[in-house]
Amino acid sequence: MMPYMEIGYLIGSVSFVLGLKMMGQPDSARKGNLVAAFGMAVAVIAALFFTPKGFHVISNLQYIVAAIVAGTVIGTLMAKRVQMTAMPEMVSLFNGMGGLSAALISIIEWRHLLHTSASPEAMDQAAALPIGMYIPIMAGLIIGTISFIGSIVAWGKLNGKIGDFRFPSQQIINAVVLVAILGVAYLNYGEFNATHSSLYFFITIGLAIVYGLLFVFPIGGADMPVVISLLNSFTGVAAACGGFLYQNKVMLMGGVLVGSAGTILTVVMCKAMNRSLMNVLIGMAGGNGGGSTTSSSGGSVREVQATDVAVMMKYASKVIIVPGYGLAVAQAQHVCHELENMLEAEGVDVKYAIHPVAGRMPGHMNVLLAESNVDYDKLIEMEHINPEFATTDVVLVVGANDVVNPAAKTDPTSPIYGMPILDVDQAKQIIVLKRSMKAGYAGIENELFFHPKCGMLFGDAKASLQKLVNEVKAL
Amino acid sequence: MEAFFQQIADLIAQNTLNLIYLVILMIFVGIELISHVPSVLHTPLMSGANAIHGVVLIGAIIVMGNASPDDTLSLVFGTLAVFVGTLNVIGGFVVTDRMLEMFKKKPKGEKVS
Repeated sequence: MMPYMEIGYLIGSVSFVLGLKMMGQPDSARKGNLVAAFGMAVAVIAALFFTPKGFHVISNLQYIVAAIVAGTVIGTLMAKRVQMTAMPEMVSLFNGMGGLSAALISIIEWRHLLHTSASPEAMDQAAALPIGMYIPIMAGLIIGTISFIGSIVAWGKLNGKIGDFRFPSQQIINAVVLVAILGVAYLNYGEFNATHSSLYFFITIGLAIVYGLLFVFPIGGADMPVVISLLNSFTGVAAACGGFLYQNKVMLMGGVLVGSAGTILTVVMCKAMNRSLMNVLIGMAGGNGGGSTTSSSGGSVREVQATDVAVMMKYASKVIIVPGYGLAVAQAQHVCHELENMLEAEGVDVKYAIHPVAGRMPGHMNVLLAESNVDYDKLIEMEHINPEFATTDVVLVVGANDVVNPAAKTDPTSPIYGMPILDVDQAKQIIVLKRSMKAGYAGIENELFFHPKCGMLFGDAKASLQKLVNEVKAL
Repeated sequence: MEAFFQQIADLIAQNTLNLIYLVILMIFVGIELISHVPSVLHTPLMSGANAIHGVVLIGAIIVMGNASPDDTLSLVFGTLAVFVGTLNVIGGFVVTDRMLEMFKKKPKGEKVS
C-alpha cells in the first residue's frame, strides 16, 4: 500500500518552501506563487480522498465540496474585482478568514473533547483532559480569534471605515487582557468539567475578541502594512496549532513557515521605516503628532500652473518622478506612464524614485506602476536614487508627502524623525502635485512645500498629470 | 500543576518531539527565505504567505470528516470553516498572481512615443 496521503502532504510542504523561495526573486515570483498553489491543491486532495490507510472518501463530502466550491467562486470574484489601490485591504480580509477558520476548528474540537472526556469512564481518571490536545486547541482559538478580529479592524481602517482610537494607559490594559486570556485558559484546564469549563471557554473567546480590537485600534493607518504582516504571521501560527492537534505535517510546516517568514517580513518593513516594532505597536507617531506640528515656519506656498511645469520638464535633461499614495488613489499610474513616455520621446531622462514605504504597503508603488507597463528598470530604490537628485532638473512629487518630508532629518521632535527620506530638496526644481495643503498620513506638516525651490500644482493627481500631458503635447 | 508539567514532559517524550524538530527547522527556513528579498517584492510576498497559511483549510476538512452527521452545530461551524479557509487560499493566490502579473518584463525594443 502506497502512503498516498503522506506523499500528497509531502508534495504540499515542499512546494510551499519552494514557492516562497521563488517568490523572493522578481523573475520567478509569479511561477513561485503557482507552485505554492499547486502544492495546496495536492494537499487538499490528499485530505479529501486519502487516509493513512489508503483511498477513503471523507465523510460529509457533500458539505465540504459545497463550501470549497462556494469559497472558490466568491474568493476568485473578490480577488479579481478588487482595485489595485484596495489590494492591502483585500489581503487583510483574506488573512482574517484564515484566522476565523482556525478559531472555528478549535471550537468544534473543544466540543468534541468535552463530550468524549465527560463520559463516565473518562471522569474516573485523574487527568481526563489530554494536554497535547488542549494546548493546540486553545492556542489556535486565541491566536485565530485575535488574527480574525485584528484583520477585520485593519481592513476597516484601510478603507476608512474605522478611525484611530486611543485612550490613556492602553498598553497596560492590553497587557492585562492578555494575561487574563492565559489565566482563564489555564483555569479552564484545571477546572475541567462540562458546566464550568464551557463558561471559561466562552470567556476566553470574549477576551480574545477584546484583545484583537485593542491591539489594532490605536495603530495609525500608515502603519497598517506592518500590522497586517504581523497578523499574517499570527494566522500562520494558528494554522500550525492545527498541525500539532492533528499531527499533520503539511499544516505544521505551512503554518510555521508563514509564522516565521511573516515575522521577519514585519521586522524588515519596520526597519525600512526606521521604527522599532514596539514603537509601531504602541501606536506612537501617526496622528497624535507629539505636539511637533511645525507652525509652517512663516513661509508661504508658491502655486504654479501646468503650462509652466510642462515647459520646465520638456526642456529638462533629467526628471525624477516620486509617486505616493495620491497616485494610487487617483488611479493616475497610466497617465503618469504616458507623461513619462512623452518626456522620453523629447530626450528627457525620466526615472521613478521609490521610497520603501511609499503608498500603504512596501512595494505598493512598484505594483501600481508595473500595472501601467512602466519599465522595471526605471523604478529606482531610495538608496540608489538619492545621490542622483543633485543632478536632477525637476522632481515631480505625485501625491507623496511624508516620504519627502525634511523634518525626518531636521526635526528631532517630529514623529517621523529618523525615517530615511528621498532627498528631493537637492534637485534644482521641485513640483508637488497635491489635492490640498492637507497633512499627509503621519498627520504632520511638510516644510518642503514652503521651500523656495518648491512649486505646488493643486488638484487631483490624475487630472493634473493629464493637464501636463496635454501641455507637453501642445508645446 | 504537577500533573500539567508531567503531561508536557510525556508529550515531549512522544511523537510531538518530532514535530518540534520540524517547527524549529521551519523557523530557520522561513527566516532564510525572507531575509534577502528586495523590498519591491514585500507586498506580493506578504500576500503569497497569506495564501499559504490558508493550509488551515486542511484542518477544517479533517474536522468535517470527523463530525458525526447528526451533530448539526459541528457541521455548520465546520462548513463555515472550510468556506472561509477556501476564501483565504483562493483569494490569496489569485490576488498574489494579479500583483505579480504586473511585474512581467516587457519585450525589449517596444518604445511608445
